[in-house]
Amino acid sequence: MGTTQSGILGGRLPLADYETNFSDLHPALDRHEALVASDRCYFCHDAPCMTACPTSIDIPLFIRQISTGNPIGSAKTIFDQNILGGMCARVCPTETLCEQACVRNTAEERPVEIGRLQRYATDIAMKENKQFYTRAATSGRRVAVVGAGPAGLACAHRLAVKGHEVVIYDAREKSGGLNEYGIAAYKSVDDFAQSEVDYVLSIGGIEVRHGQALGRDFSLGDLTEQYDAVFLGLGLAGVNALRIEGENAEGLDDAVDFIAALRQSKTKADIPVGRRVVVLGGGMTAIDAAVQAKLLGAEEVTICYRRGKEHMNASEFEQDLATSKGVTIRHWLQPKRIALKDGKVAGIELEYTTLVDEKLTTTGETGIIAADQIFKAIGQTFEASGLGSLAFEAGRIVTDAEGKTSAANVWAGGDCVLGGEDLTVSAVAMGRDAAEAINRAFAAAMPRASAVA
Amino acid sequence: MADLRNNFVGIKSPNPFWLASAPPTDKAYNVERAFKAGWGGVVWKTLGEEGPPVVNVNGPRYGAIWGADRRLLGLNNIELITDRDLYVNLREMKQVKMNWPDRALIASIMVPCEEEAWKSILPLVEETGADGIELNFGCPHGMSERGMGAAVGQVPEYIEMVVRWCKQYTRMPVITKLTPNITDIRKPARAAKAGGTDAVSLINTINSIVSVDLDNFAPNPTVGGKGTHGGYCGPAVKPIALNMVAEIARDPETYGLPISGIGGITTWRDAAEFLVLGAGNVQVCTAAMTYGFKIVQEMISGLSDWMDAKGHRNLDDITGRAVPNVTDWQYLNLNYVAKAKIDQDSCIKCGRCHIACEDTSHQAITQFVNGVRHFEVMDDECVGCNLCVSVCPVENCITMEELPAGAMDQRTGKPVDPNYANWTTHPNNPMARQAAE
Repeated sequence: MGTTQSGILGGRLPLADYETNFSDLHPALDRHEALVASDRCYFCHDAPCMTACPTSIDIPLFIRQISTGNPIGSAKTIFDQNILGGMCARVCPTETLCEQACVRNTAEERPVEIGRLQRYATDIAMKENKQFYTRAATSGRRVAVVGAGPAGLACAHRLAVKGHEVVIYDAREKSGGLNEYGIAAYKSVDDFAQSEVDYVLSIGGIEVRHGQALGRDFSLGDLTEQYDAVFLGLGLAGVNALRIEGENAEGLDDAVDFIAALRQSKTKADIPVGRRVVVLGGGMTAIDAAVQAKLLGAEEVTICYRRGKEHMNASEFEQDLATSKGVTIRHWLQPKRIALKDGKVAGIELEYTTLVDEKLTTTGETGIIAADQIFKAIGQTFEASGLGSLAFEAGRIVTDAEGKTSAANVWAGGDCVLGGEDLTVSAVAMGRDAAEAINRAFAAAMPRASAVA
Repeated sequence: MADLRNNFVGIKSPNPFWLASAPPTDKAYNVERAFKAGWGGVVWKTLGEEGPPVVNVNGPRYGAIWGADRRLLGLNNIELITDRDLYVNLREMKQVKMNWPDRALIASIMVPCEEEAWKSILPLVEETGADGIELNFGCPHGMSERGMGAAVGQVPEYIEMVVRWCKQYTRMPVITKLTPNITDIRKPARAAKAGGTDAVSLINTINSIVSVDLDNFAPNPTVGGKGTHGGYCGPAVKPIALNMVAEIARDPETYGLPISGIGGITTWRDAAEFLVLGAGNVQVCTAAMTYGFKIVQEMISGLSDWMDAKGHRNLDDITGRAVPNVTDWQYLNLNYVAKAKIDQDSCIKCGRCHIACEDTSHQAITQFVNGVRHFEVMDDECVGCNLCVSVCPVENCITMEELPAGAMDQRTGKPVDPNYANWTTHPNNPMARQAAE
């Protein structure tokens, strides 16, 4: 039992509780469990799970390889399509992707545990540091990748395999992007994100320059001048504003910063949290912040979302996870005003909402929830400078189907791109495919070999 | 309530489920437990001749193959006949029979192919009060190297000779247990009948190497770096056993010879299949070794409930009922036409029927219809082969539907002929017999 003292403070719980609370959400399958789980796969033809995977991993094949006692071969099948398959196995909302498509749902309403099986195979290969790829002969081409997140890493790895030299620029101190800074701690324990970065970079030919921010330390123009091609995997650096009274009060924080701080903390006891916490939003970020606030010892945690359950971006599984941890999820409430006491957050006034002709409107009723800490998780925005005259639409970079932007020799992928899906696995797919496109562009630009008489 | 009481060559038991001669029936302790669990009879583990008992290996005796979720499908065994003293076994048999007078107790015997050997052991067995004897002409491992077991069962003349001795020297019913490690099961069955056997029992185990240790390059089970072939049993051998039982049941020379069916029987349904193919009762081993003796309770209730549901009053109502329907390929009706049909409501869209048909058969199942994943049989390509039914993971999702007489077969473009016609009269058969004028 922790302290119920008001205010935002760390160390609410005994130390041992933090360790329990932030342990692996889905413990790894052991060999026996993996064999039992893999036996359930039907080895479907043109499998729906494979179609549902943004990176098109050959799921029936990798599961069959597990079931026949070949987890290393299984890992290669996964990495062939998705070099970040280890993290995706942990963070993918499989219940809305591969596992939703699993035909076992039709008969039994229980899919094959694809995500956990993927983790089983990739864990074994990574633990043995099994390297499946070697670099092609050096091409002499150099590519700059901006952002060491999932899109950038996937792009860099595929380019390195093709024999190109890659330099990654990242504004943060560590590589990994959202894998390192944006995922709930219990989904990626034991510093997995950094282990994975090391595993990916061990292909060679990739240099990472940290603390290098686009617009501050260099511009896109600098890169296109120095490199044969550029890939932008910038992610979303900005956070939407509430635009209500009290926005800048002490105690009103960005959920993404809270999540990042938690990931960087070893013990979690040093991360302060309120006694009563309100999280605004309905996506994965809201869930991650709310659950972790609860796990840190907050007495009451309430998610307030301005629409209904069915509109939430967070998956059903994530919502259930939150409620199982004691988080209250309330719908049809939108923030009206932050209530302050001595300049600090004391609560939030919310307006009840409803849909009128499919349009969200307030009913006029209001209510107040007492809170000493409020997290904003109402979406992130693309925020970058130094991009010159790149074409944008709806605040995102416009690309063609292969990830090519409006600028010559510049490709982009991940959340920063129009049509980006806010999913690690989609970012990986876009980075990988852009690398293939860049490679094709290099090949097309090569002078044809003249026939030897 | 169906009457499951069994009378097999005069041996009475409360139900047709006997434990086969095997490791589970090696001593009184196990057999007592089996009878308590409800087994109708027991064939005691094979007795050898008087003198120093055989010895077994002191390493692994079993190997296995598994299906999904490590369900045991096949077991391989290199254990020999009983390695206990003959008189210990005889004393225990006598005591158990006294304790359980309503259950069948059969002595399995394997001694050298010499008249004196059989002549001397039979009175000892008879003295126990055993209900009958089973001649072990089947074990394919170990003992066969010494001229016994399958080495006898593979030579019809020996079978006939030994059966004759036994019928001469004992009043007990004689059941001759056959080895499947031969090319035509009818030959040893006919020999046993010629010798005067009261019944045959089959199958004994099949020569097998169940798997190979790929690290040590040795067959499993590996005993000190080497392996030997063993006897294969369990669910995997049931189809082989069913065929052999049916062959004997429908052979004019052995027709009516009582059969005790053995081979992979695991559930009541397996047992019923043996019975309807001509077995008067069944013997079980691997299923008990996998799950324990309690499985007989499922077998009893399952068989009884099925018989009740179908209106069969007793075992005589069902024994051999399927035998008239086992025939030669040449007599199958070539005018019978069936097409696969996929129930779209139960289809889970795994696509296995499609890929099996597309890659390996007749390209008769769609994958997409109007761009949507949809599996449907194309009647103009379907030959009715049943492969899709076999590979579909959902029971009854795909069924074979008979085309009624007169209906158009889309594949051949001809209406279904209502008349029976088989290969013997088919115009493509060079040996076709002329129809009578």
